[in-house]
Amino acid sequence: MTAPMLQLQNIVVDFDGFKAINDLSLTIDSGSMTVVIGPNGAGKSTMCDSIIGRVRPTSGKVLFHGKEIQGMSEHGIVGQGICRKFQTPGVLIALSVIDNLTVAATRDRRWWTSFGHKGEAEARARAEQILHMVGLGARSEELAGNLSHGEKQWLEIGMVVATDAELLLLDEPTAGMGAAESTQTAEIIKTLVGKHAVLVIDHDIDFVSQLGGHVVVLHQGQLLREGTLAEIRADEEVASIYLGRAK
Amino acid sequence: MPSHASIKTVAGGMALLLALAAPWLLSPYNLNLLARFLAFSLTAMGLVLLWGEGGVLSLGQGVFFGLGGYALAMHLKLAGLGEGELPDFMQWSGLTELPWWWAMFKSPLVAVIMVILIPMVVAAAFSWAIFRRRIGGVYFALITQAFALAFATLLVSQQGKTGGFNGLTDYQTLFGFNLNLPSTSVALYFITLILVVAAFFGLRWLLSGRFGKLLRASRDGSNRLRFLGYDPAPYKVVAFTVAAVLTSISGALFTLHAGVISPALVGVVPSIEMVIWVAIGGRDSIAGALAGALLVNFAKDKVSTALPELWLYALGCLFILAVTALPGGLAGLFGPDHPFRPSRVGDMFARWRKVRAQEPAITAEDSAA
Repeated sequence: MTAPMLQLQNIVVDFDGFKAINDLSLTIDSGSMTVVIGPNGAGKSTMCDSIIGRVRPTSGKVLFHGKEIQGMSEHGIVGQGICRKFQTPGVLIALSVIDNLTVAATRDRRWWTSFGHKGEAEARARAEQILHMVGLGARSEELAGNLSHGEKQWLEIGMVVATDAELLLLDEPTAGMGAAESTQTAEIIKTLVGKHAVLVIDHDIDFVSQLGGHVVVLHQGQLLREGTLAEIRADEEVASIYLGRAK
Repeated sequence: MPSHASIKTVAGGMALLLALAAPWLLSPYNLNLLARFLAFSLTAMGLVLLWGEGGVLSLGQGVFFGLGGYALAMHLKLAGLGEGELPDFMQWSGLTELPWWWAMFKSPLVAVIMVILIPMVVAAAFSWAIFRRRIGGVYFALITQAFALAFATLLVSQQGKTGGFNGLTDYQTLFGFNLNLPSTSVALYFITLILVVAAFFGLRWLLSGRFGKLLRASRDGSNRLRFLGYDPAPYKVVAFTVAAVLTSISGALFTLHAGVISPALVGVVPSIEMVIWVAIGGRDSIAGALAGALLVNFAKDKVSTALPELWLYALGCLFILAVTALPGGLAGLFGPDHPFRPSRVGDMFARWRKVRAQEPAITAEDSAA
């Protein structure tokens, strides 16, 4: 039997007595779409942090294809095939849009290869492809720092995709976007499923319903419910602590 | 109208022609000054890589300047001596035997290798230890400053081995050539010029490729870079090490032109001055930093001969002006985003007058209410 792609086993993240994540277990399969929802402070971002190595779990294991990754360096975890988009867009402001994507698309990320040009054309070609996917074709040579907030969000989604990671973690990809932009973002994300497993964190229920996929509700650092959006919506307890409050 | 880039190329070419003709245009005294300042410009160009592109402010470049300067000076002190003889200051301090680490500098080849190797190893080990712990910004600047202070103090305290406060001076020959001959001075000037041109194009090459992009990326978004699968530390380590080697060569050349290296040239104040050259010239521009090193040092020479006590004030004012009015330094005036227009300076004052004109109005209302 092959191990599932990502397994969180009894993760606890303790910030000086405050358990941001409290005994969380979760499984994500290859090529799946998972949406994590939950009120502020439910531990959604901390869960992502513990997967990508930004926060070390106090106890518990993070297994990627059966291999423990919770002690690895951040860049080492990306090397395994997990990449994350942060809540606030973190593009490389001094580089052009196409260079941002090319940096992300470069396969060989060891520092000494940066003096040569090996693999550059390949990365650039991949970057061009993604540039159009995220709708920034006209902004190719613009410095990323000059983009609007929404464009930065798309660029960062593009960068995460460009790494060709098997698992993409998208933390609030629609933060600061209008309804039309959100819909467009949902379309982009839906095309990724299958080739990548995608885990999206979002507050916006309209956006979540556009995405479809498996929904996981976190509450106070624990898994409260999981299921389809319809099942979650029908759930009394979820409605009282989360949906009721959001609407 | 010719393009911005072609104007720059022509201006650069003319500057190079002038530099090539300098031995015939300048008096020996001024040629010596130009040679010293060109040597300084290697330090300045290294800081563009480290500070401008890498975002790492080092207030300890004097250490590397000193490592290069002393390595070559040790050879120069030994070059004129016979078998078993000691340099003058060692005799005065009562030393009877040459320390082994001095003795190996007898070989010119070893000395030249050490000018490059010592700073390379020191800088790589030091910066790796710091950057892998993710220490940066003002903490890094303070550590490097402490490093410069410790280095200068160590040199002063080891009178018998380093020449103490006076440093190492009074050299006669280099690789068998008499250092006092004008022809040697001209040859050393050209060696310096060649190294400056090589450093200029070498740095441009380094910054134009993928390394340059990743260095800028590690400056502005080291977290993003980390979560794209890159370790940002090595790019900063390479920048620090390359800057250190350039600074060391700069110190070695300076020692040749000035005929002296001493703790006063490598401590805290000179280290800060090096940063100021670059702030004034433009930390994002290799040519700007080069010009900054030359202009500030010529100004220093003129001002400090006429009014010695004024120089530090003048330098301070220049620095404040550069930081507040010209964040890109002199080079910022000529950058692609800001084609040079003298009216820009006028705009600046117009804005200032507008702000001033509004201020009293607000105060008047406030006091009326």
